[in-house]
This record gives sequence, C-alpha cells and structure tokens, in this order.
Amino acid sequence: MTREIRIRVNGQLKRVESAPETPLLYVLTDEMHLQGPRFGCGLAQCGSCSVLLDGGEIRSCVTPVSSVNGKSVTTLEGLPKWYAEQKKLANVPELHPIQRTVIEEQAVQCGYCYNGMIVKAAELLSKNSHPSDQEIRTAMNGHLCRCGSYPRMMKAIRRASEMMHSDTRAAESADTDSGELAVSVATGDAEAAR
Amino acid sequence: MSRNQADASGTKPALNSAVPTNGAIGRRDFLKAGGALIVGFSSAGVLADSLLAQGPPRFRMPGPDPAQIDTWLAIHSDNTATVYIGYVELGQGSTTSLLQVSAEELDLDMSQVSTVRVDTKISPNQGGTYSSSAIARGSPAIRQAAAAARLALLIMAAEKLEAPADKLTVARGVVSVAGKPGKSVTYGELIGKKRFDIQITGHERLKPVAEYTLVGSRPPRNDIPGKVRGTYTYLQHVRLPGMLHGRIVRPRGQGAYGLGAKVKSLDETSIGHIPGARVLRKGDFVGVVAPREWDAVRAARELKITWDMQPILPGSDHVYKAMRAEKTFDHTVLQRGDVGSAFGAAPASHTASGTFHGPYQAHATFGPNGALADVRPDSALLICSSQDVYTTRGTVARILGLKPEQVRAQYYEGSGTYGHSCYDDAAQAAAILSQLAGKPVRLQFMRWDEHGWDPYGPAHVGEVRIAADANGKLAAYQYDGWHHNWAAVETSQQLALGTPAQEWRLGAAQQVNPSDCGGMYEIPNVKLVNHQVDGLKYLKAAWLRSPLDLSFSFASEQTMDDLARRLGMDAYAFRRMNIANERWQGVLDAVARAAEWDPRPPASRLSHAEVVRGRGIGLGTHLTSYGAAVADIEVNKGTGQVKVTHLYGAIDAGLAVNPAFIENQISGQLVQATSRMLKEEVTFSKTNVTSLDWNSYPILRFEECPEVTPIVVQRIDQKSTGAGEEVMAATAGAIACAFFDATGVHMREYPLTPKRVLATLREA
Repeated sequence: MTREIRIRVNGQLKRVESAPETPLLYVLTDEMHLQGPRFGCGLAQCGSCSVLLDGGEIRSCVTPVSSVNGKSVTTLEGLPKWYAEQKKLANVPELHPIQRTVIEEQAVQCGYCYNGMIVKAAELLSKNSHPSDQEIRTAMNGHLCRCGSYPRMMKAIRRASEMMHSDTRAAESADTDSGELAVSVATGDAEAAR
Repeated sequence: MSRNQADASGTKPALNSAVPTNGAIGRRDFLKAGGALIVGFSSAGVLADSLLAQGPPRFRMPGPDPAQIDTWLAIHSDNTATVYIGYVELGQGSTTSLLQVSAEELDLDMSQVSTVRVDTKISPNQGGTYSSSAIARGSPAIRQAAAAARLALLIMAAEKLEAPADKLTVARGVVSVAGKPGKSVTYGELIGKKRFDIQITGHERLKPVAEYTLVGSRPPRNDIPGKVRGTYTYLQHVRLPGMLHGRIVRPRGQGAYGLGAKVKSLDETSIGHIPGARVLRKGDFVGVVAPREWDAVRAARELKITWDMQPILPGSDHVYKAMRAEKTFDHTVLQRGDVGSAFGAAPASHTASGTFHGPYQAHATFGPNGALADVRPDSALLICSSQDVYTTRGTVARILGLKPEQVRAQYYEGSGTYGHSCYDDAAQAAAILSQLAGKPVRLQFMRWDEHGWDPYGPAHVGEVRIAADANGKLAAYQYDGWHHNWAAVETSQQLALGTPAQEWRLGAAQQVNPSDCGGMYEIPNVKLVNHQVDGLKYLKAAWLRSPLDLSFSFASEQTMDDLARRLGMDAYAFRRMNIANERWQGVLDAVARAAEWDPRPPASRLSHAEVVRGRGIGLGTHLTSYGAAVADIEVNKGTGQVKVTHLYGAIDAGLAVNPAFIENQISGQLVQATSRMLKEEVTFSKTNVTSLDWNSYPILRFEECPEVTPIVVQRIDQKSTGAGEEVMAATAGAIACAFFDATGVHMREYPLTPKRVLATLREA
C-alpha cells in the first residue's frame, strides 16, 4: 500500500481512505459527504466540481487525490471561513459576499452549476477585487450554465466586488487598531486602479 | 451586462400601443412592485383557454384522494402549514409560486408555509410537470383546497369564538372578531394535529383577485439559499445505506432508435482486477456495480465489450435530405379558406417563401441524470428526477415485475432538464441494476451517456410560403413540416426486455403548431400540413423546451420579414397591422417599446463593413402564453462569427403569480435560445451520435452571453399560463430576422456557426 494521504478540507485535516488515483471529487462527495462540489462531466469541461486548492480554482473531477496530498482544499461550504481568513475578519460571516449577492440577485435557476460559478467568482475576487466586466467574462468563461443565468451572475459578481470593498474597509480599520497590515487588500486595489 | 429591469412601461411613446401603461386602468399597488411590469386588461385570452381545454389535468389516477383537503395541506399546532404539491421543482421557482397561491388563499404569510418533496407515498398525483404547466394546471386544485381549508377553519373559529362567521377576519392565520380586539384564535389552535377529514366541494369561495396581496408580489425563492450554501440535496447527492455505485455500459453514442444496441461480445474477466466490481446484464442491458464510485467508473470504462451497430442513420450532414425523401404520414393540421386561390391571386412581389432546417438538439442536462433504487422481492424504493413520478413508478414496476403500489417513487431535483432528458432512462437503469445486484444501487450517468443517449429534440424541415395583398394585409399562409415523433420506450427497457422501439401516438405538441405557424396573425387562407417521418431509422427523440417551436419560428418569422422587405414595410408595423388579438399586440408592443424600436424595412441599411449590425423582431409561443423578442446582433462577414449583443423578451402568461420568477425564466430563455440558434447541433455518423461532451456539443459561454431585458406583461384578469418556453421561439425568430437585417441574406439552417454563415454569405 502507498503512503497515507492527508488533505486539509475547509480547515480540517482529513485522512483519505480512497485509492491514490481516485479523483478528488469522489473523495469529497463519497468519503466526506460534501454537497458543494458535484459531478458534471468528469472531463474538466464544465466547472461543476470546482474547488479551491490553496486558493486557486481547480477541477476536482480530474485531479487525483494523491496530487493534492498535504494541500488545502476549500469547497463551497468553506468559502465564508476562507473569506474571513483572507480578509482577517474578526468573525466568520454567514456567507461569502458572492453567496450573498447571488441570493440577493436571485441569480440561480436549477443551481447545479452554482458550486463552480461561486467558487470561481470567489477566486477571481480574491485576486482582483475590482474586476472589469471583460475580466469577469474572461475569468468565468470556463464555467458553463445550461439554464442561461450568466447575466444575473454577472450582476452578482459586480455587487459582491462592491460589498467586499466595504468589508475591506472594515478590516482595514480593525487592522490599523491592531497594527497589522491587510496586504492582500492593497494589491487588489492597485489592480483595480489600472 | 444586463439591463434587467428595463423601464418597459415606457418613456418612448413612439409606438401605438394597445397595452395600457401607468395609470391607464385602476389597479392595486402590488402589481406595480416590479419595474418591468406592464399591467393590462384584456378580454382576449382565447389562445390560452382553448388550448388548455385540450389538456385537462390527468386526475383519475393512483395517489391520495384529490377530493380530501388533507391530501393537499396540513395545519400544524405552531400555526404553520405544509402544502402537498404534485408538481416538481425544476429550478423555475414554481414551488415557491404555488406556496404563494396557498398562503394567499389561507391568509398566511410566506414564512408560515412550506412543502415536502414529491413522493408517491405522500403527494397528490397532479400528473407530470410538463409544458410549463405547474402554475396553470397545478394552482387551481391547490387554491381550491386552501379555500376549503380556510372555510372549514372559519366555521371552527365561529364556534370557538362564539361569533358569526361573517364577522371574522384572518391575518397570518390568526382569526379575529371584527370590532372585538383580543378575541382571537389561531388556525393551529383550531385544528392542531388533527386531520380535516373534509371533502373539497369545488364551490368554496375563492379570494377575489382584487384582494390578492401575495399573488403578484415577489417573495424570493425558497430553494436558493440552500443551493448557494451547498446544503441543498440534489439527486446526485443522495446515498442509501449498503448501496453499490452503478454505471451503465453502452456504445458511445446512440444509433438508430429502432435498433437499440446488441451486445456482440462481453468479457467479464476484463474488470477482474477492480475491487468488488461486477458486471450485471439483462438482455442487451449491461451495467457495472462496485462498492466505490471510482471503481464503478473504471469498470465501465475498462470492460471489454463490443457492440453490433448497423450503419442505417442518414448522418447529420444528410438528415434533412433523407427526411424530405421519406414516405411520410401526412396530416392536415389546419385548413382555412383556400390557399391555392389566394396564392394564385397574390402578385409575385407580394409572396415570400423558403425552406428551412433545424437540427437535432440535446437537453444536455448539466449534471448527468442518475437515480437510486432499492429493489426487494416484493417492494422497491425508487429515488429519481422524473418530472412525473407516478408514471415513472408504473413503468418501473412493470419492468421489475411488481405492482405500481409496491413501488415508492421519490423525486429529488437534479440539474435543469428542459424537457424529457434521460431521467426516466436512468430511473429504469437503477431499478434493473438493483434487482440484478440484490442491493441498493446508486446509478450515475456519465457525461457521454447523457449526451449520447439523450432523447433529442427532433430535426425539422419547414417549407413556408406567405402572401399579402397590395395593402400589406396577409392573404395566404402555408407551412409544411417534416420531422419524426417522440420515443415511447426508454433505452433501458428496450435493451433489458427487448421491448420494440415505439413512437408516441401523434399529439398536438409533435406536429406543425398552429399557434406558432401563422397563428398570431389574422390570415384568411391557411394550410398547415404535418409530414411525419418514421422515427425508428432516426435518433431517439422527446420534448425539448418549446418542442419544434424554434424551428417553426426560424422559418415563419424570417419569411414574414422577407415579405415585409418586399412590401417596403417596417417589420414591427407589418406584424402589428396583421394582428387582431390584443394579447399578441400587447407583447409585441411591449418588446418594441423596451427595445426602442426604430421603424424601417428589414435589410434596408446594408453596409459593406466587415462587421455589420442587425436588429430583428419575432413572435412565438409553445401552447399557451404569448412571447415576443427583439434581437440586436453583429455579424463578422470575414470570420462568419455571429454575436448576439442584446435581447429583449416579453411574455404575457396571464396572471403572473411571481413576476420576478418569470423575469428569470425569460432571461434564461433568451440565453438558452441564443445558444440553440448559434451553437447547438447533435452530430452523428451513419452508425452513431458523435457529439458526446461540451467540446463536441458546445453551448453558449459566459463571454458570448448577450445583455438581456425581460419584460412581463401582467394580466391580472387572465388565468395563469406557462412562462418557461414561449420566449424561446420568439427569440429564434428575432435572431434569424436580425441576421437578415444585417446581411440581406436568409439563413436557411441553424445553428448559425461561423462555417455555415460563411458558406451562406458566399453563396448569396
């Protein structure tokens, strides 16, 4: 038998029982019973199965679990906590801003693609806090929606970007008090100013 | 990207509109809640009523007694209600809408009503969730049951409060005596945990529309928060104790429906190295099961099996020619006046005609279908995504050799299906595998199973000819349509039991549609002929969102624009003067106003630029409701690339129970119709289907998505009708007309892929 595989899923260290070549998706769904990542194509074409691996979006359906040994996986369920860590928020919010705006915009139809849509948008906003419409379209282009909900997702991302800014300002003032720097925030602002 | 809530009620007064806008007719504030609403009154309503009459709810079937209040709802001691709904949620929000209807009639608020999943052990049998009928056919029974329950509760309250019933008022389920503050009782206190045990007479007074406060308002959907958090349980998430994971094994891509697939050779030892994997076979039905899901996936992939597949298909490149050459079963759907004489009398310059082609298109369900089954010797549990659990239960019971009552079928939402995708095939496959395995089985179709064995929306050839008189009044209309019917036997049953492939009995939705083919216009002479092709030599087919309507509108509305150009008339004005029905006028006006329609004949501003722009308008429907669309597009004549930049879509679906949900449905239809017009096409060789994933069957992507402007024409005095399909056909027509406007050339076949566009422009 090969060496033991451990992955950190939504902050918790987990020992993997499945065979090493098993795609991460089946480990997350069948072993860990998560309902965020889901099967869509098994071919990395659609984005249903997306998760964040050390903060970057990957397709879990074609990622052997052995290749993520020791790494940190964030699923849809873990996005609020991940966001709080990124933004150094004092409390974990109930929802990531993009989850809030997707609900507020009532963007969803069947919602099956929304795992990937939300995970990808969260990744985008973590790297670029003020994406232009074209940057949003480009980033999201690998995520398909059969119901045709793209226009509302676009609005939700725009609004989440605005919302994150107010979270950022709150975190910044908190950071100033504690003497820490919100480094990721400063980078985002610079990119947005281009 | 989206100018979603367009102010369609009108800052541009240029158009002569029959639809009253703000302040024209007295109405209540709740109907003004949405920025995009237009409130209109009409006495037309003819299309909806006449067609609904053809399809009454199929009610005399198994399931709880529909005459009992308790079948439909239960009031709990905490003053909340559970409403039992027979229509399934498919992502349109109809469940929330039906709860709105229930809460309205019961005088509860939305926080006090909830429902349970559709289950043959519990739920009323309202028939299938088809034809966007959840509100149209689902709400009357639920509304009546709620009215009956409210009446019963008021009688109980009158006794308890010792007050005459006509002095009682209800708010949020609290019954009070008018003028006597403090004298009140809740529904929950009145009935507690008891059953009503009361028959619905059908004569209980319904709340007048004028008193509605919830119906017509915009509460949010109750399924969205869970879907966004990752806590919503889709079918694909359900697990049963002790279950095996299953996969079907079939040829990659279906062949001719009549042939099914025949196993030539099978080597079970080829998966001997996979832990716990087993081959299960019944006739030509082959599947694999394994305790771990990835092992089932590998076993299906690595199993050595060969198939006997006969090369009898025409191939997607020759399908139209083949269908057109078939000996067909011909049926005149509609004949009015004398088209022969009318065409003879019309000058050639006032006649337009053409032949148009629409491909097989796939439901392409985003999460492939699946099902779970636990089949025992004398009972079975079936967990599936069927849009009609009672019918699925009956079919699966027959396959298993059980009685329908021995099978319990539960619905779990999968991903959007847009019609009859593989959900029944998957339900049957899961049941067969569980019976063979003697254990519960969770079956999941793979992407190539779903794309390759879908019952596709059938290909279509349409020949249309339209003539107008010297004043531009339509004089004659003829439409001849060639296509085949829908599959009545699912592949799993066909392969397992050897049941011969069989098509449906010809019904209204599988023929040339009089509502789409000229039906919106006043035309004295009309002939519509359906040429039914034998489908057994073609691909398996079923209803795909707005069945055949995109093809009808693509052909008919382009020919209308051709005629408008010949007459030197504006496309909108030409349509407007040929419509008498005020509901058709209403949607046409609403969409033209929202798009700030600029009158001119089609293709009258042609340009030599490489990238040219065009605008088109189109009308369409499915069976009920009224759809209209305007499309703005760009055509790159160098690359053949068509880009849809902005779409406006209007629908009149009678009383809109929740206009926000209808706006979402319109947006989705605009985008999905764009995908179907620009990109989607099932490809197949003489032997089998070759479009098996998102690369070989591309759909519209985020970067290609147009801006959308949905418009709901609210008609509070009309019955609610479907809102999930009617804008599809209108959009197809609008995009095709916009292409003609931009280039002066008609596309005779969709999708408008760069290759096809270049070839068409070159030939022109």
